[in-house]
Amino acid sequence: MDFSFLFSNFFELSITGLVLGSVYALVALGYTLVYGVLQLINFAHADVFMWGTFVVAWVFILTGASGSTTLLGAAPYLLIALVAAASASGGLAMLVERIAYRRLVRKRALSYIILISAIGASFVLSETMGIRDKVVALIDGIINAVVGLFGGHIDIVGWLSDYTSRARGVTTLPLTIKPQVVFSAGNFSVRDTDLTIILAALIMMIGLDQFIRRTRLGREIRAVAQDPEAAALMGSNSTSVVSKTFLIGGIMAGVAAVLYQIKVGATTFDLGVVLGIKAFTAAVLGGIGNLRGALLGGLLLGVVENYGSALFGTQWKDVVAFLLLVLILLVRPTGLLGQTLGRARA
Amino acid sequence: MTLLEVESLSVNYGHIEAIRDISFSVEQGTITTLIGANGAGKTTTLKTISGLRTVRAGRIVFDGRDITRARPDERVRMGLTQSPEGRRCFPGMTVMENLDMGALLRTDRRTGGVAQDVERVFTLFPRLKERSGQYAGTMSGGEQQMLAIGRALMARPKLVLLDEPSMGLAPKLIRQIFSIIDEIKDQGTTVLLVEQNANQALKRSDVAHVLETGEIVRSGTGPELAVDPAVKAAYLGGDV
Repeated sequence: MDFSFLFSNFFELSITGLVLGSVYALVALGYTLVYGVLQLINFAHADVFMWGTFVVAWVFILTGASGSTTLLGAAPYLLIALVAAASASGGLAMLVERIAYRRLVRKRALSYIILISAIGASFVLSETMGIRDKVVALIDGIINAVVGLFGGHIDIVGWLSDYTSRARGVTTLPLTIKPQVVFSAGNFSVRDTDLTIILAALIMMIGLDQFIRRTRLGREIRAVAQDPEAAALMGSNSTSVVSKTFLIGGIMAGVAAVLYQIKVGATTFDLGVVLGIKAFTAAVLGGIGNLRGALLGGLLLGVVENYGSALFGTQWKDVVAFLLLVLILLVRPTGLLGQTLGRARA
Repeated sequence: MTLLEVESLSVNYGHIEAIRDISFSVEQGTITTLIGANGAGKTTTLKTISGLRTVRAGRIVFDGRDITRARPDERVRMGLTQSPEGRRCFPGMTVMENLDMGALLRTDRRTGGVAQDVERVFTLFPRLKERSGQYAGTMSGGEQQMLAIGRALMARPKLVLLDEPSMGLAPKLIRQIFSIIDEIKDQGTTVLLVEQNANQALKRSDVAHVLETGEIVRSGTGPELAVDPAVKAAYLGGDV
């Protein structure tokens, strides 16, 4: 154990931990929101996030971004990517609800049946991304079978080759974002990328918290979480409220995807597996169903994980993270801020 | 004029027949009451009228329109609201937020119509005004009952369904709640009341029906039923 390394790099480790934690927290919000209204763990949520990271990469490829630049230089690409990823993830989340859950919820299916559907949706999303080259080839084949009758040919596989190459490998951003040190003292320095990620995540969190607290839709979401039948008696249409809740969770995942790409700059089709487990852990750690709990759980998990890997070595990172979860759940089985979204006064 | 018409309504609860072929109507400007023992089907009737239960057979006509298959929110929009059994206030919301949920489908928020109705509810229940910032989950049963009724009035309903508004309340509070039900009627809102507290309810009802194991076994004006020997024996025993 290297305590001196932990202490001499404490601030640095805290900042990088908060960066990772910000992404966990934003994804955790999606789990917690949906749990609040449906008492369902939406396992496909992390894959919605993963799709967001690919949309970011595709926007960079499409707009011809390349080389290396500062965060400021990449800002125009990132803004386009933000809109695209938030829309794509939001839309995808709504689609998952429509296809995988709505009918089952309406028919009052048992919760484990819906859970299986959730796991299935997760695999469909990740595997579709993992064989996207073959999906495109299939579509190409079908279309050209028709077009070929008229003697033509459309090279869909060729057009999309930039987006489908190495489907089961790593897709890196064609543009490298070089972090700049904006502040330093001793061996401690703060980079603009880290600061941006943490601030952006905090702004999204506070924004969402205020939205749920103050707007009409926010109040309606809380009402459905607290008592769906009473909410229906007020004239709330639960199908539409649930759908909008998925949309909000998806948008948060899309924003998280952009922040993740700023930091990491690469993604894979199975990114959702690890990140999903971490974000779900963060949500449970903070108290599932509680928005502020998701924030707290995410940041705490990111930071502790980082301290853990500094102390024991990176291979211990996940052990530390889950040990933390087990210890906290032993003391507080409902999580740190353990109340449901319904009871939460936020 | 008939505001609500329930025709040969049957509703199942799982495989059990909760309501069997009941028919009754509610005239505009009246208080109509359903009385009956526990499990007689009173709450199921109200839930079905609000659209929370699926109709197996029969028809519900509200304000001239067939609403048998309408969604709950469509019924609220037409002016049909309910204060449910057990109050069901949103525990994690303040009194004001609960009232605001009652006004969910109102479109005159900007022009002050909603604020005006909040004042109207506060006039009916001055207690709620004192507690306007308090979380519903921390209030007494009586206060929650006032809130549940107030919340049901926030949509400016033509017909309000009140399910057991006196349940679990002290006698003094019960009298207060019933006099407010009179006031609601005087202000022009039609009331369909479900009560186990039959004595108080019948005294104030224009029309009343007795439900027994899912069927209407007796109907009449409130005062008539209040002196009916059979009703007296069955429901008015140890009442307040």
